[in-house]
Amino acid sequence: MNNPYFDLLMWARGPGFNIALAIMVGGIVLRVVEIIVLGRKKDVAPAKGNAVGQGLRTIFTRSVPREGLVQFAPITYIGGYIFHIGFAVAFLFLGAHIALVEGLIGIGWPAANRAIVESAAALAVLALIALLYTRLTDPVRRALSGFGDYFVWMLTIAPLVLGYVAVNKLFGDPTLMMALHILSAELLMIAFPFTKLMHAVTFVMARYYNGSIQGRKGAES
Amino acid sequence: MTATLERGINALREQIDAPVASFFTSCVSCGLCAEACIFFRETGDPKYTPIRKLDLMRRLWAREYTLLGRLGSLIGLNRAITEEDLTEWEELVYDSCTMCGRCTLICPVGNDITMMIRKMREGMSAAGHAPVELIGAAERHTDGSSPMGDLHKALHAHVKHAVAETGIEIEFDKPGVDYMVILSAQEVAEFPDILTAMARIFKQAGVTWTISDAAYEATNVGVQIGNRDVARTLVQRVVDAAEGLGVKGVISPECGHAYQALRWEGPNLIGRPYNFDVVHIIELLDQLRADGKLKTKGKDETRVTFHDPCQINRRGGINREPRNLMKMVAANFIETDDAGTMNWCCSGGGGVGANERAEGLRFKAFNRKKKQFEKVAPEKIVTMCAYCHHTLEEQLEEHGMDEIEVQGLTELLAEYLDDQA
Repeated sequence: MNNPYFDLLMWARGPGFNIALAIMVGGIVLRVVEIIVLGRKKDVAPAKGNAVGQGLRTIFTRSVPREGLVQFAPITYIGGYIFHIGFAVAFLFLGAHIALVEGLIGIGWPAANRAIVESAAALAVLALIALLYTRLTDPVRRALSGFGDYFVWMLTIAPLVLGYVAVNKLFGDPTLMMALHILSAELLMIAFPFTKLMHAVTFVMARYYNGSIQGRKGAES
Repeated sequence: MTATLERGINALREQIDAPVASFFTSCVSCGLCAEACIFFRETGDPKYTPIRKLDLMRRLWAREYTLLGRLGSLIGLNRAITEEDLTEWEELVYDSCTMCGRCTLICPVGNDITMMIRKMREGMSAAGHAPVELIGAAERHTDGSSPMGDLHKALHAHVKHAVAETGIEIEFDKPGVDYMVILSAQEVAEFPDILTAMARIFKQAGVTWTISDAAYEATNVGVQIGNRDVARTLVQRVVDAAEGLGVKGVISPECGHAYQALRWEGPNLIGRPYNFDVVHIIELLDQLRADGKLKTKGKDETRVTFHDPCQINRRGGINREPRNLMKMVAANFIETDDAGTMNWCCSGGGGVGANERAEGLRFKAFNRKKKQFEKVAPEKIVTMCAYCHHTLEEQLEEHGMDEIEVQGLTELLAEYLDDQA
């Protein structure tokens, strides 16, 4: 037990995690409230379609691109899918992650085979690299990108890479690598409410509004 | 800060609501909206990426409506909007956006970018940064009766002509009829045959109608320039006339933004629902068809395609109706690629067609439609918006394709109307 990084790991797993979780949850609540308090005026034009139904439907249907669009931005579309699915599998189906969630909220589920989880993480990393490539080389994406976009990219790729390195003991002290993996995930959690990572929560609102505005008019969304 | 800049920023602040905040919060700068935009696709210039056109509004929101932004502006982050910014953004907000709504349907997080452009124009116009042509049109319409000046004489002459041609009486300001018809200035000035067409179709269907001398104009430059006061004044005129005449409904003509203005924005502008229905003429004609009250004889044998006006289809939901009607009277009806909800704009909507500064850009943007038309090689293009009609004719001429005829759908139907039925 003389590993010099043990205390760091313990801090990351204990107080560090609690701090990060508190900031993330508090921040998300704050950001969502910030949006909702702005309100929106009641629409008094007689509806032609079902605004609420289409709003709710659009939350799901907008996950699929319209026909013929993937070919114009294949890296963004395909890379986007691979990253989101890969990240979700690596996050939700690794045994240690499930144990963490179970410890917090008391709900657990079966873990996936380690090969699946590691492949998912590796694919998510490759997808992130492809997405960074298109952000740097494509004129539209380069012009849209600012510090926040690159910062969030680093925050997202770090826990994936460090987790992979720590679990497979690829290099460095495994205890240190695990501590860094957890700390990097905590940085991601802290940044979540204050960066574009918030889209993972507010996309539900945005898609609902979009679908309900169009749906009210009887138009597609 | 100058008085007008401050007024513009105040107007913009009024536009920021929960949907806007959720949209800006959700944007991941993926750039996919660029693929949806006719101006980006035909120029390849990244400055035309739709979400980028809203950057000033995004900055204002971040600076004043988020905790982190407010803290950031205390230490000098998040620059305030300047007069120079507004000047730079004029081209992006007015010249290179027809508010066609394709980006709104493509954004993966669901941002209604088009609705935000409409909102951003409120700030731009209040700050004195709207195109001069639109300002002139707004003045002509609010001070007079139409954005093209006084069209009373022309309208009365066209009505007289239609009555003589059809033998059907058309009465101004007749109370208690089914519908009050309003017209697009473009129809009065350029396509007055619509009056003959309506007179014959409505006679056959047993629909009674009138035109208000005080409120015959359907267009509403207020929703294009982004000025709620102008938009409200113009909607109120139509509402007062229709409620005064006690009609069952108002027929919104073949005009894209007029339908948005009266049917969807109007009640919100005046703060209450109307005491009458608003129906788009193509919706009504399709209803008459379904009820068996619209009878035609024979079909157009030429190769015909259809152009969907953005505000009527994509943003208005009228998609099946024109196709039902086209099939009644067109034997060789062929659709272009992307027809229907994802149709490409004619390049003249949202006030862009009236904006001289945007002319070069508009001609470039039309290349998309040009290629689509070339692929189906139509002899005739039918549409249901007088301004699309006008723009298509102008663009076809500019691109050396003016052998293709352009026609309004109501007129095409009237051509094959079975008057004996």
